Amino acid sequence: MEALSLPAALELVAGGGAGLSPERRAALAVSLPLVQRDYRFERVWFWGCIQGVRGAYYIAEGLGPDRAAPRSRLYSLNCVDWSLLTPATKEMLALAEEVKGRFQGDPSFEYNLAEINSEAAARLVEGGKEPVMKEEARLIATIEQIDRAVGIVPRGAFVKTPLGSVHENRHFEGLSLVEAKKLSSYFHFTDPVNLKNKTLLEKADLDPSTDFLDSLEHDIPRGSWSMQLEKGGTVVVLRSLLWLGLTFYHVPMTKQFGYVYFGTGEKNLDLPFML
Amino acid sequence: RGHGPYQPHEPGYGLDQPGYNPYEDEVPDPQTRMLAIKNAKAYLLKTSTKSGLNLYDHFANILTKVLDEQPTNTVDIIENISKDVKWAQFRKKMDTLRDEPLISPTFEAAEKCKALFVKEFGDEHEGVEEEMGQPTLPNVMEAAFYFEQAGIGLNKDESYYIFLALKNLINVQPIQTCRFWGKILGLEMNYIIAEVQLREGEGEEEEETGEEGEGTTAEGEKETGEAGEDEEKEAEPPKSTYKPPPPIPKEPNGTGTNKYVYFVCNGPGKPWVKLPPVTPAQIVCARKIKKFFTGWLDAPIVSFPPFPGNEANYLRAQIARISAGTHVSPTGFYQFAEEEEEEEGGADTYEENPEFEPPPVAEMVESLATWAHHVKGILKQGRCVWINPVQKSEENEEEDDEEEEEEEEEEQQEERGPPLLTLISEDEGMKDIPAWSTQASTNLIPEYSVAILQSNRWPGAYAFASGGKFENIYFGWGHKYSPESYTPELPPPAEAEFPSGPEITETVDHTVEEEMAFKIAQEEALAEAEEEEDEEGEDD
Repeated sequence: MEALSLPAALELVAGGGAGLSPERRAALAVSLPLVQRDYRFERVWFWGCIQGVRGAYYIAEGLGPDRAAPRSRLYSLNCVDWSLLTPATKEMLALAEEVKGRFQGDPSFEYNLAEINSEAAARLVEGGKEPVMKEEARLIATIEQIDRAVGIVPRGAFVKTPLGSVHENRHFEGLSLVEAKKLSSYFHFTDPVNLKNKTLLEKADLDPSTDFLDSLEHDIPRGSWSMQLEKGGTVVVLRSLLWLGLTFYHVPMTKQFGYVYFGTGEKNLDLPFML
Repeated sequence: RGHGPYQPHEPGYGLDQPGYNPYEDEVPDPQTRMLAIKNAKAYLLKTSTKSGLNLYDHFANILTKVLDEQPTNTVDIIENISKDVKWAQFRKKMDTLRDEPLISPTFEAAEKCKALFVKEFGDEHEGVEEEMGQPTLPNVMEAAFYFEQAGIGLNKDESYYIFLALKNLINVQPIQTCRFWGKILGLEMNYIIAEVQLREGEGEEEEETGEEGEGTTAEGEKETGEAGEDEEKEAEPPKSTYKPPPPIPKEPNGTGTNKYVYFVCNGPGKPWVKLPPVTPAQIVCARKIKKFFTGWLDAPIVSFPPFPGNEANYLRAQIARISAGTHVSPTGFYQFAEEEEEEEGGADTYEENPEFEPPPVAEMVESLATWAHHVKGILKQGRCVWINPVQKSEENEEEDDEEEEEEEEEEQQEERGPPLLTLISEDEGMKDIPAWSTQASTNLIPEYSVAILQSNRWPGAYAFASGGKFENIYFGWGHKYSPESYTPELPPPAEAEFPSGPEITETVDHTVEEEMAFKIAQEEALAEAEEEEDEEGEDD
């Protein structure tokens, strides 16, 4: 969620019971603008908080002029001092799939891969590295997975220019009430996967400047999003069931929207049984 | 204002611009003037959105009318002429279809929430007479404030609506104590849950109707079994003498898992619904399944093993499990009542300790021994107090000669759970994750920080303690955390058949010819034996 609209946004996602304490909010209001200045981001988003056993990680993302470019991510243990995280690599993502269980809360903690998956450990040893995975790498990989899988925006909020870069749409005034209740009005804010699989008939209806992302309609498994109208129908809240803790809010007919993650950082692999 | 060739008529405007100086001898460019005229005309032709008229046509009509009628003192009545022309232009609206104003659900919900704020007149009178003892309305806002220091909780508006909704609940139902238990999220709607204790004698009417009738169906089966054996008019296959093990009876209201009564509503302002008491079978089954709540209390739960009940029962079972697993208080806050001498699983009652001195917050954060459970754990059987099902079946038996069944039932081990008021430092963790995580709400201002406890077994269960105050709450989806993935229970193995041996193996029946041949052979053998005897006899 946009760092500037943080207080109002936190009020709207508080339906799930998770939020930030006044101390953290105040710290964020102070430190995020400084992060924006230091790293020269155009926008800073507060991504959320991953709860570890002994501590929590607070994550922020910084965006450059092209909003669809890979985002820089920073983490902090106390919302005051932020450290930049390296971009996620494929090996990190593959290894993170193997590691299960809660985060420990200590970024230098090392998961012993030999216990978890001996093949991966063997591969690492062959490569001359130790068969461990640092919690920081797991953190990077988890954030990337969450963003890819369930980071969503409303349709029309971003436009793609003919040159390929993506900007916020200044003419976006919010989805109407009718549109806001449909899953097809929300898009994954990552590189589209299903777009090219659409039939020509469907593609003819799309507007290439706004419909350049995958919509939520075809997410597998069906029903992995819980949509609710809160506050008497003024706020549409979408909660992901695949990554429990990701909450997206949008106030129809206004420009307010955003998503935040408050959770343990674990994928809900039991989802098909639970529906 | 400068853009476009329309030239405002202010005196002196544009004199500094080339071409417009009145002292210049050059004729101004006719093109720009034409353009200016066109722009002016276009402006006059702009149609008004309200009435569909435009100024140009209106002026044309006025002038036409004036020139036709040629009234006296036209300039004085020009406004009336303009109005008359407008009225003459009035066209009936042909379009009778109008957009209805969208009655958005926002307004309905706002109505309901507004109803919460209405103070009934009856309240003032009740406040004066204090006969029954005022039910204690929990101070939801105070608890919300403490939880907010840890970043847990709903936004203030919602907390306040819940506060008012609880007050309504207390006014409607005969309640002795009440507490905001928490919020469970669902797919389509959420549940707000209140934990109450009804006044003595009020809750018992519901016992019979609320039951699933498990006791009565067991007896019903027995009756049909007996009837079937008596009325064997037609050749029916023999009825199975299998009687399912008697269901473990639920704990009586007011004790064990049914100590509190729970009311739920989908949102503040919506009506409160009482949840039925929980049975051990439901708890045992709830441990084996993992399902999301939909938000509708009468939704069926489709699962294996089949859950005995609908979503209301599943919700109640999960609430019971969460309460038993995560309701904690500072050690020493509660103590056993003084007459406790029972050994059957420990005392069930506790009372507040008047001499409780709260340990400092730093100590509460560091050591888990400063916290204790004040709700009894649930045994494997699904109850808090173990009951021997064999004894129970003896009471239900009506015939005494069915001793076979008693032999077949297994001897069940008596289960003992941890006694009440155990310290939470004794809770087992899962793998290498401790059962509880503690933190102080702030490290910067330690003198005012609050000790916060988070459960790792039930993610979403929190407790805080500060000074002498403490509270438990739950915000979450209602499921237990397990490090391994959930695997549904497998169907039971197929029952073994009776082992086949020679005594039940079918053999082919002898045909009549074979039997005759055998009989003849036997008679011949007999006849030969007689002949031999005769021969031997004749030799003499």
